[in-house]
Amino acid sequence: MSKRIEAKDLNVYYGDFLAVEGVTMNIEPRSVTALIGPSGCGKSTFIRTLNRMHEVIPGAHVKGQVLLDGDNLYGDGVDPVLVRRQVGMVFQRPNPFPTMSIRDNVLAGVKLNNRRIAKSDAEALVEKSLRGANLWNEVKDRLELPGSGLSGGQQQRLCIARAIAVSPEVLLMDEPCSALDPISTLAIEDLIGELKQEYTIVIVTHNMQQASRVSDSTAFFNIAGTGKPGKLIEYDETTKMFSNPNEKSTEDYVSGRFG
Amino acid sequence: MSSAPAAASPKLRAKGRPADIIFQGISTFAGISILVMLGLVAIFLVVQSIPAFGPDFDVKGTSNFLEYVGPLAFGTVWASFLAMIMAVPVAIGIALFITHFAPRKLASTIGFVIDLLAAVPSVVFGLWGANVLAGFMKPAYAWLSDNLGFIPLFAGTASGTGRTILTASIVLAVMVLPIITALSREVFLQTPRLHEEASLALGATRWEMIKMAVLPFGASGIVSASILGLGRALGETMAIAMVLSPSLVVSFILTSGTNPSTIASNIALSFPEAHGNEVSALIATGLVLFIITILVNGLARWLLGRNPRTGGAK
Amino acid sequence: MTTATAATGSKRNTLTAGQLSKWAPWVTLAASFALAAGLFMLVAVASSTDFSWAGVAIVGYILFLIILPVVSRIVEGGRKAMDRFMTGLVTGAFLLAFIPLLSLMWTVVSEGAARFDVQYFTESMRNVVGEGGGAIHALVGTLLVTLGATVISVPVGIFTAIYLVEYGRGWVAKGITTLVDIMTGIPSIVTGLFAFALFSLLFSDPGYRSGIGGSVALSVLMIPTVVRSTEEMLKLVPNELREASYALGVPKWLTIVKVVLPTALAGIATGVTLAIARVIGETAPLLIIAGFTASMNYNLFSERMMTLPVYVYNQYIAPGMNVSAAHERAWTGALTLILIVVVLNLIARLVAKIFAPKAGR
Repeated sequence: MSKRIEAKDLNVYYGDFLAVEGVTMNIEPRSVTALIGPSGCGKSTFIRTLNRMHEVIPGAHVKGQVLLDGDNLYGDGVDPVLVRRQVGMVFQRPNPFPTMSIRDNVLAGVKLNNRRIAKSDAEALVEKSLRGANLWNEVKDRLELPGSGLSGGQQQRLCIARAIAVSPEVLLMDEPCSALDPISTLAIEDLIGELKQEYTIVIVTHNMQQASRVSDSTAFFNIAGTGKPGKLIEYDETTKMFSNPNEKSTEDYVSGRFG
Repeated sequence: MSSAPAAASPKLRAKGRPADIIFQGISTFAGISILVMLGLVAIFLVVQSIPAFGPDFDVKGTSNFLEYVGPLAFGTVWASFLAMIMAVPVAIGIALFITHFAPRKLASTIGFVIDLLAAVPSVVFGLWGANVLAGFMKPAYAWLSDNLGFIPLFAGTASGTGRTILTASIVLAVMVLPIITALSREVFLQTPRLHEEASLALGATRWEMIKMAVLPFGASGIVSASILGLGRALGETMAIAMVLSPSLVVSFILTSGTNPSTIASNIALSFPEAHGNEVSALIATGLVLFIITILVNGLARWLLGRNPRTGGAK
Repeated sequence: MTTATAATGSKRNTLTAGQLSKWAPWVTLAASFALAAGLFMLVAVASSTDFSWAGVAIVGYILFLIILPVVSRIVEGGRKAMDRFMTGLVTGAFLLAFIPLLSLMWTVVSEGAARFDVQYFTESMRNVVGEGGGAIHALVGTLLVTLGATVISVPVGIFTAIYLVEYGRGWVAKGITTLVDIMTGIPSIVTGLFAFALFSLLFSDPGYRSGIGGSVALSVLMIPTVVRSTEEMLKLVPNELREASYALGVPKWLTIVKVVLPTALAGIATGVTLAIARVIGETAPLLIIAGFTASMNYNLFSERMMTLPVYVYNQYIAPGMNVSAAHERAWTGALTLILIVVVLNLIARLVAKIFAPKAGR
């Protein structure tokens, strides 16, 4: 349950505008890869191409390849819906479905797809996913209450439980802690450490400490100026990136000299 | 459902999604059907009204269509004009009262009452206008033609029933009042708080604040709200049909018993007994009314669209 | 504020300019109306005519609008006087609007109560020439015609809104939006003419009348309202929820059906109820296409069908042998209509309140 991602010379466009240019990188299974860089450098745009979520924005399209264990996500006849079942995503702001209870939120991926599931299996799946997201003990007594009644950090962990309940191969996280307080952030970071035993994890973050704490490899994106496309500057093991990067701009960025 | 059995084979290829395509098809079809429906309205009205433009036109003693529709079009515009003169200032006043003068709790109640006024069926307004308002206004008309008869608007003998074009216009005014009020209220509520506070901080009184910040901001919104109200007044049928008895005259007198009729009320009153050529003539007048209202509403939308900060109409 | 800062007392706060006390407007109001009443009393006595309450109200209000600003101008200065004048004017506009509303409500209730009885809601007008009779045939007709209109409009309206919000791009969507705008402005009587033109051509019957024609006419009025309110509600559903659903591998149509529509359901239901309330009182189109009859007709697809608004109109315009009995029936019909509309409005509010997504985000 965990697949390798390879991006090959990937260009991302919004209409005619080239937002990200020429990204080539290999993301190892069962590892955490952090994407860092200044605002507007295209890291969120890039991560959304890894499960074809960028297509939701009208006019967005991609040139190049993204391979999931060798299968091209952008090949002919590929169904984005099936891609997304294998590559789950957690968003910047927690977004539980307001019309559903906590239990139904966890089961959303199953139920929304009209798949039938035995009651006992459903119970087991809810418990397993919530335990996986470190939320079980906090909500096991109120599974029938609406998910929007939880705190921000709990909501975000609920969203993670929802994402892992469909047993994806890869988990994408787009700044999952940016709307949370430090304590909730810590809980999520711990969770990421556990989740990497089973999933390939890619996380976008603005927080350098967070990148150095949770990730195995780090990719630094940068942008030459407004209106210019974002580029992958450097991609290496996290320890190397934060101690002795090859590029000058990487060093400037991770040491806080700009951005 | 076309979903592959989960996790069995991690295939990414699917044969398209029939359900997705069907659903999008239904939605698109619904959207297109509106296009078709409006096209049908136009086509059927035109087809059915063609006979009215023939040479052997003879309806109510007129010998061609223009002669027939002319006085009706005049009556339509005249009644709506009178209604707007009365409704617009009052509507602006109410909207200002709700947004800037009334205590907050009272304001929402008033909003509900205004909405209720908008929901009263037009036939009830007609009944009220013909039975209550006409009687109430009768002495006023007598007084006006006795004492102010030298003004052309009040010339001649006053109506013995009180059922005059002015009564009909007052009913119309009451009916469009909620529309204009609701829209103006929305526009006034969108006045940037900063502008309001800036003028208050300069020591302006409440009225000066409204004059400096609220009214200039809402001006185009008020205009288009009024035009939308006008569109409603032009097409309003029952109030006029029940208050006035139809006659094909062109007259500006407000207090007389002989009054011009409007296109809509003339259709309502004549259609049930009409046959042959008169049906075509009535449908043709409906077409004229349709075109007038489209133009008026288009003008309002254009004004609203030109000034996006005032927001769309409901 | 420059007036009257000088004061007699030495301990005067320098920020208090000349100011009318809080009760001054009320005193002025009472005085103005007393003055007006006295004036009209004199006139009434002198010319031995009736005392005119309307006259007192008008003259009293005008006196108030003159006296208060004048007093204020002397004590508080011109700017404050202008403010008081406009406040009086705006409040007056507001009170003015209540007069027709109160008068209307009062007449409808007091005149309509007389025949608000069992007979009215159980009998039709078949073979009734004088007193008695009822409106059950009109009530049934209204329900059937409105039901027909709802069945046509709700699916078309909701799917059109879905198209506009979720799928529509480019000139087609723009065109449809414009046409919906145009449709909201169609005079109701024109929709009646349209339905008549359509059906009389289809069945080549120049005197065609039926209930379903009424439903079609009403749906032309109802569809734009449904589209507009549904569109607004769908736009309110946060994009994040759609993305969350897509990210779980849910196809677009299931996302719309199971996430977007349930989230917007309360708003859509409210909008539909208000749209029904709007068309249920429509008279003009039904007068033309559904016609009138004194008998019960359960079949939407053939023969004339009476509806409540047309019934009210007909009882008023063609009262027959016993005018006051017919007018009483008309008023009771009006009362029933208003009650239906108010109930629908309350239901709409209730729906909005109860089914709104719980626990604010």
